[in-house]
Amino acid sequence: MSSLESIPVELVDEGRRMASICNACRYCEGYCAVFPALERRLSFAEGDLAYLANLCHSCGSCYYACQYAPPHEFQLNFPKMLAQIRGATYRRYAWPGALARAFERNGLVVSLVMAVSLALFLLVTTFAIDRSVFFAPHPDREGSFYAVIPHAVMAYAFGAIFLLATLALFIGAARFWRDTEEEARDFLKPGPFGNSLADALELKYLRGGGEGCTYPDEKPSHLRRWFHHFTFYGFVLCFAATCIATIYHYVFGWRAPYPFLSLPVLLGTVGGVGLLIGCAGLLWLKEIRDRTLHDSAQTGMDVGFLALLLLVGVTGLMLLALRETAAMGALLAAHLAVVMALFITLPYGKFVHAVYRFAALVRYHLERKRPLPEMGTE
Amino acid sequence: MYDVLVLGGGNAALCAAITARRAGSSVRLLECAPRHFRGGNSRHTRNLRCMHDGPADVLTGAYREEDYWQDLLNVTGGETDERLARMTIRHTATCRDWMVRHGVRFQSSLGGTLHLSRTNAFFLGGGKALVNAYYRAAEALGVEIDYDTAVIDLHIKDRRFSSAIVVRDGVEHEIRARSVVAAAGGFESNLAWLKEAWGPMADNFLIRGTPYNTGRVLRILLDNGAKSIGDPAQGHCVAIDARSPKFDGGICTRVDCISLGIVVNENALRFHDEGEDFWPKRYAIWGRLVAEQPNQIGFAIIDARAMGKFIPPMFPPIKAGSIPELAVALKLDAAVLEATLARFNAAVRPGNFDHSVLDDCRTEGLSPPKTHWARAIETPPFFAYPLRPGITFTYLGVAVDERARMILQDARPAHNIFAAGEIMAGNVLGKGYIAGIGMAIGTAFGRIAGEEAARHVVA
Repeated sequence: MSSLESIPVELVDEGRRMASICNACRYCEGYCAVFPALERRLSFAEGDLAYLANLCHSCGSCYYACQYAPPHEFQLNFPKMLAQIRGATYRRYAWPGALARAFERNGLVVSLVMAVSLALFLLVTTFAIDRSVFFAPHPDREGSFYAVIPHAVMAYAFGAIFLLATLALFIGAARFWRDTEEEARDFLKPGPFGNSLADALELKYLRGGGEGCTYPDEKPSHLRRWFHHFTFYGFVLCFAATCIATIYHYVFGWRAPYPFLSLPVLLGTVGGVGLLIGCAGLLWLKEIRDRTLHDSAQTGMDVGFLALLLLVGVTGLMLLALRETAAMGALLAAHLAVVMALFITLPYGKFVHAVYRFAALVRYHLERKRPLPEMGTE
Repeated sequence: MYDVLVLGGGNAALCAAITARRAGSSVRLLECAPRHFRGGNSRHTRNLRCMHDGPADVLTGAYREEDYWQDLLNVTGGETDERLARMTIRHTATCRDWMVRHGVRFQSSLGGTLHLSRTNAFFLGGGKALVNAYYRAAEALGVEIDYDTAVIDLHIKDRRFSSAIVVRDGVEHEIRARSVVAAAGGFESNLAWLKEAWGPMADNFLIRGTPYNTGRVLRILLDNGAKSIGDPAQGHCVAIDARSPKFDGGICTRVDCISLGIVVNENALRFHDEGEDFWPKRYAIWGRLVAEQPNQIGFAIIDARAMGKFIPPMFPPIKAGSIPELAVALKLDAAVLEATLARFNAAVRPGNFDHSVLDDCRTEGLSPPKTHWARAIETPPFFAYPLRPGITFTYLGVAVDERARMILQDARPAHNIFAAGEIMAGNVLGKGYIAGIGMAIGTAFGRIAGEEAARHVVA
């Protein structure tokens, strides 16, 4: 493999040991994509483990079904091992490499970015804007937001950060793909790409054996899948609201805030409620999750990302509700600060799972079209 | 006082407990293992052999009662009770719905097991997932479950059970019940008993399954006059990797390369035709073959050409660049191993190698011969897997009738003692093995025992 940060050798050894047991057993083949992918291999290189780790959802079905799970002497905690390797791949693929360390104490990093962002927005708005404007009740008229923060500042700051984040995520994805040794152009092959998109949009592998996966405990449940749907589609709707608002602004020259029944506000409202329900649900599930399957080194990262998303929803909805009051200025600053913190940490937090998981699914569907190694029968 | 007391915590016990509870009985289930290791050997199983007259959910083709019965007759060499066997077979045609209702999920046959896609329905996640589902169902129905609870005695008088003496946390308790279902497995993890049955060679056996099947309940029943069935010195015994743990290694300790190479004993000599028949039909004889060798050890040897052509075992092969080096690594006599290989290679006749059919690659003038898939072992590196006999289950059990009632030595059934699962499997499978038959017997007799035990209470 390349010059990127290696997955710790003891993790790779442990991964190999466990994957060899799984490959000889195969009972979990029907749960998800990880096991069929594993069974195509006779041995497991670092890149194979990186791929398998990013195919895994940590649903835990295989752990509870495992005859070799602790306290069995084989100590097979497959999802936890994959979670640890997954954590290492986030560092490995991070760009620029120096920022890989952001994954090490990610909860702290996200909190600091959030705090600094909030401080900056509040400072800039309160100092740069006439106080009589900032703290005045705002009649709900076009352009009132831009009295608090000029549109150009908003557009350039967010545009720049968004582009940087996209670039970092793209390079991360390219690094992941290079590790798989697949052709770059195959990533966009319509069949596998389409299948992966369908899997991702319906969260196929969070269905477990059909009755949901074993999350937060060993009883199969669809809760995580539903909360993830709320979060994901909430995020998508909020993002769509922003895009449409941008079009309104630049194409039609309509200036925010928009009426309650306008498309951006409707999408943003529904999306914000989705984020509230989804993130709160996922945080709750994480809280009561069976600790034996969880890599505790990643709790900060998981919670940090969910908390940021939740705050995006909360501040957005509060801003909507109170946009005609004297609190608008502060709420707008807070909402933008949270969104900014989210964008900055997008490539250096749990969001990256979306990128690597999707790429792993594409690879899975590419591989599925190839003949199985000739392995005889048992 | 309970209506039904179930001794054991595997598939048969759970089927009995759920059925009895559904029939309205109060049920208590005693599992001697801790919760983590609950389920006996069921936690290592993976499928159910099912009769079906046409493609049915995960099953392909048809597997009719007669096909099933002939397969069973074949492997047991007639050591089976046709009435009980056919009952079991017919039960498997309809029990899948019941299993699904209680949380079991099926999947099509696993990678490398296509030969079972017609006959065997695989459990999604394997036997432990099935056991977990049944425990959840049993708990939801109100079955009382005790873990870490060992039965040390049963009060049986005049063919009637009255109570069980159990030990939990070092304290003895008496549990009374109107009927009892014995579903506590065989004795394959009782090393002393194995030695008694098999002689000193048993010291070198590995036990593939749970360490909790010590046969305590079986012993108590036999001591209380149960009619025994099955040869104590018979068990399902396969050759597994010698590096496997003493207990509980399960499926992944298997070594599937025997038909692709040769097997030698500790004297570096071959002892059986490695290419006799397809591996799935022959793997079950290799445990006994290895058990009959000095110090109960064998070594499967293949070369680079065979590597990767079989399901990869969990343990890495012992690898060497030459046969003498391999002999050193295996602590075998290098000269003898070289001579064995040379004789074998010289005896190999040219042929068209095809592992998927009984091909024409065989040896000539060699004893024992290798009748199929014989290819010279000459392409380095060479690989070896050490082999030991691995016991899966034992056949010795108690006799039952078609209502799962335990039969006593005077051939009369007990009033309120029922048996299910491995503890009575010898009635149907007195010898040999076919995949998925254990779970078939456990499910059929578990449900019958549960039903009859509940009916006895009402009557």
